[in-house]
Amino acid sequence: MRKAVSFILVVIIAIGIGLSLQEVPFGKTKSEVRKYCLEKGIEQTGATNIVTSVVVNYRGFDTLGEVTVLFLAAIGLSAILYREKEGERKNRRRSSLILYTGCKFLFPLILLFGAYIFIHGHLTPGGGFQGGAIVASGFLLVILGSRSWWGFNRSKMKITESLSGLIFVVVGLLGLLYGGHFLLNYLPKGIPNELFSAGIIPIIYIAIGFKVGSEITGIIDDMIRSG
Amino acid sequence: MEFIENYLYYIASFGLILIGLYIILIKKNLIKMIIGLSIMDTGVNILLISMGYLSGGTAPIFSRENLLPSRMVDPVPQALVLTAIVIGLAIIALALSLTIVLYRHYGTLNTRKIRDLKW
Amino acid sequence: MILEIILVFVMLIAAAAAGIFKDLLNAVIAVGFVSFIAAILFYFLQAPDVAMAEASIGAALTVAIFIIAIKKTKRFEEDEEGS
Repeated sequence: MRKAVSFILVVIIAIGIGLSLQEVPFGKTKSEVRKYCLEKGIEQTGATNIVTSVVVNYRGFDTLGEVTVLFLAAIGLSAILYREKEGERKNRRRSSLILYTGCKFLFPLILLFGAYIFIHGHLTPGGGFQGGAIVASGFLLVILGSRSWWGFNRSKMKITESLSGLIFVVVGLLGLLYGGHFLLNYLPKGIPNELFSAGIIPIIYIAIGFKVGSEITGIIDDMIRSG
Repeated sequence: MEFIENYLYYIASFGLILIGLYIILIKKNLIKMIIGLSIMDTGVNILLISMGYLSGGTAPIFSRENLLPSRMVDPVPQALVLTAIVIGLAIIALALSLTIVLYRHYGTLNTRKIRDLKW
Repeated sequence: MILEIILVFVMLIAAAAAGIFKDLLNAVIAVGFVSFIAAILFYFLQAPDVAMAEASIGAALTVAIFIIAIKKTKRFEEDEEGS
């Protein structure tokens, strides 16, 4: 009975969607915002990657909100999984020498790659969110591969996270001081396609990279330790 | 053939959304439900990106000199989806942590055996 | 175009398989496969930024979080008795 009702519901939704999608042709976008961002993007923000200028500059306040949602999710997760005593980890044995050496060798390379991704966010594809995720996957490799070596300081992670969030807000507030708008791009734009260009965009994206990386690492660490 | 060319990405995205919805409606295991949620998330992201596509367009990055702004795809949905993916990961982690606490309390993942969660 | 049709077909099959498998580990790996093919489709749709985010988060970190949660709970889905 339940299966039949669910199936009929899904079929009705599919028919409705199929009828309405005939009005929306594929590959012919008609958005006006697209034209504005693509034509004025370089001279207004100085970043050659227009997606970055939309994320950090045109929709910067929205990005601040999304970073806040991520922070709240991490806080809620550690509050839900909190226990008085640390959980006992079953079969806690040392990893083999090959695994340990491989992790130790790969970890700095992955961190370097993540840092490259989020520093060059305004020039090439990539940015704070992707670079932060790559950094977090490097930490995940260390957690899984060499758990006996895993003795890192959790409070340092929290401090990194809070500091990078604070940098985001302070840079935005300085814009309010200089020109009357929150997150105004007040630094010199520079020449497009150079590393030191685009004003405050690289600073904010590096802060987002640190924040996302430490936050996702914190989520994984909380889930593993929860016993 | 023309039909498939026009509607391939819509088929992909709504196929994923409907499969995810069906899994959520019909399964009783909590982790299976969250798997359905994750599949729906991917489908919505593909739909948003395909709405902003321009046939024969290039990525919205001025990496060379001779790229025309009128031949580029829409950057706004890409920026939306970029943040939505990260938020999706956080939401799934929150849901899984609630599942872990429920399993600790009730000793089962079946929603029919957990009181007050019957469908 | 043929490649895209094959990819979409395989992706939908993997999504359906994620619902069918009784072993939750297999289902989670099918979800990772769906995310991976979605990353390739984002690249075909001229969105390299989103493709990078989906490949690193959807295909790696989500699968890792699911596997941790399955290790803390139970691996096999129970048979459905009556509905």
